[in-house]
Amino acid sequence: MSENNKYKEYIELAREIRADALREVCYGKSGHIGSALSMAEILAYLYESVLKYKSDDPGWEDRDIFILSKGHAASGLYAVLAEKGFFPREWMKKYYQDGGMLSGHVSHYVPGIEVSTGALGHGLPIGIGYAIHFNKTGKKNRVFVLLSDGEINEGSNWEAFLFAPHHNLDNITIIIDYNKIQALGRCESVLNIEPLAQKLRDFHWEVKEVDGHNFKDIERAFSKIPIKKGKPGCIISNTIKGKGVSFLENTVSSHYYHITEELLKKAYEELGVEDENSF
Amino acid sequence: MRTVFNDTLLELAEKNRNIFLVLADIGYGEIEPFAEKFPDRFFNAGVSEQNMTGIATGIALNGNIVFTYSIANFPTLRCLEQIRNDVCYHKANVKIIAIGGGLAYGPLGVSHHTTEDLSIMRALPNMVVVVPGDLIEAELLTRAMVEWDGPCYMRCGYKGESVLHEQRPDLKIGKAITIRNGNDLTLIATGEMLPTSLEIADELNNKGVNTRVISMHTLKPIDKEVIVKAAEETKIILTLEESNIIGGLGGAVSEVLAETGNLNIKFKRIGMNDIFPSKVGYREYLRKAYGFSKEDILKTINEMY
Repeated sequence: MSENNKYKEYIELAREIRADALREVCYGKSGHIGSALSMAEILAYLYESVLKYKSDDPGWEDRDIFILSKGHAASGLYAVLAEKGFFPREWMKKYYQDGGMLSGHVSHYVPGIEVSTGALGHGLPIGIGYAIHFNKTGKKNRVFVLLSDGEINEGSNWEAFLFAPHHNLDNITIIIDYNKIQALGRCESVLNIEPLAQKLRDFHWEVKEVDGHNFKDIERAFSKIPIKKGKPGCIISNTIKGKGVSFLENTVSSHYYHITEELLKKAYEELGVEDENSF
Repeated sequence: MRTVFNDTLLELAEKNRNIFLVLADIGYGEIEPFAEKFPDRFFNAGVSEQNMTGIATGIALNGNIVFTYSIANFPTLRCLEQIRNDVCYHKANVKIIAIGGGLAYGPLGVSHHTTEDLSIMRALPNMVVVVPGDLIEAELLTRAMVEWDGPCYMRCGYKGESVLHEQRPDLKIGKAITIRNGNDLTLIATGEMLPTSLEIADELNNKGVNTRVISMHTLKPIDKEVIVKAAEETKIILTLEESNIIGGLGGAVSEVLAETGNLNIKFKRIGMNDIFPSKVGYREYLRKAYGFSKEDILKTINEMY
């Protein structure tokens, strides 16, 4: 079986996430598409094979907790949640619009969204709170928090990076969507966070580095959770901002781009998606 | 007062297994019994108030009651966005405790003067704001916060406070306590200014000015009824707080009075007049230096009366 066949379902889901996120921001005339596109494979893999959830019962007590700390990449998360049946696809039609259900940053008013974010550096401490509760009550639920690279600038994350290993919280795993670009430029030029993996290892996290667009690599990273017993885990997902759409890839402008109907068509051609796939 | 809070919390935590204490490396000599008795419900986040507040939110969102605890502005202003976005927006059952409210830490300097917390906390949706004026109120408000489902902020005292209530009041969040009755003038006081307001009332009563004293232990939700009643029954209202006069107790009472309309009263806010002290000293010294000592207030009343 070729690799593409083995991972066909994941590849297809990632393509749908990209297509729907692009259409959301096109209809909503909003931005942040580059951040949604870079995490498409991670989201697809999490919702296909990692997270325990019931879309018809979002508060199911045995669910795993997923927190999108990079809340501005909302369009991508909404796409996978709609695909998995948390809410009707039609909701995406009014993303970022008057009277809609879906705001530009994720909100807990939406089924499937555990925690509202949007201001950076909030998701991890809250996730640690969940992890503490699960430990105290002897529950097996796991916590996953997806952060951005620019978000690592926030001091609150470093407070949390100290705390989780100190308390041996191995029921929390963070994923850093490392697309190397933040709001005003490349991470290395805005505020260098390298060597990121080493920094986290020095903080006593168990770190894995993966190609965040390669499902074989992603599968390997998530094959054992916790990555190491007694330690919090960190998966650094090396990605490309705007991945999948040539005019967005690896650009700062993909944070701000307005996707017109014409550009949407062009993007869909590149992704190999039928344009009539409306919400 | 911090000891009363900690003792009460300890007692409540014995009965309720869902009570957590998450603090930021503050509380020496006070918090140890909780830490020893309930190690699985006690976390010292280290000197990191943002993380403390985020963690508290995560624990609280799972059906727990979580107290965060530090001194002065550290558990509020240092992590204001966590309080707004995490605690208040999610309506998480987090109780924020600031020890040493107002000018309790006077000589430590402006960094430790907790004088804008009331107005800033009051502006947050879903937040309850309480300020005990004596040791009994501190105990009763701690109990009331545990019963209240949702975010609360308590500006707590430090040490040396006394018991002012002659009998144990029936304290409810949002319901002010009228300590003295009088129909000439009303002093609405909160927290650190409650003892001063009683001293002032005594002096005024001796001069034949019947002075009403209201302990406004809850700034939000504010007890509108007691304010309107005072405006109808007395000629002068003063608010007394060890805070900036903008947006705190004085602000809250002004809002009620302004919207009530048709009131023939004189009104004045007493407190810090929108300044940071440059002088060094303890509470009484600073109050005198910045114009709201007992004598200053009596003078103000004399001018208004």
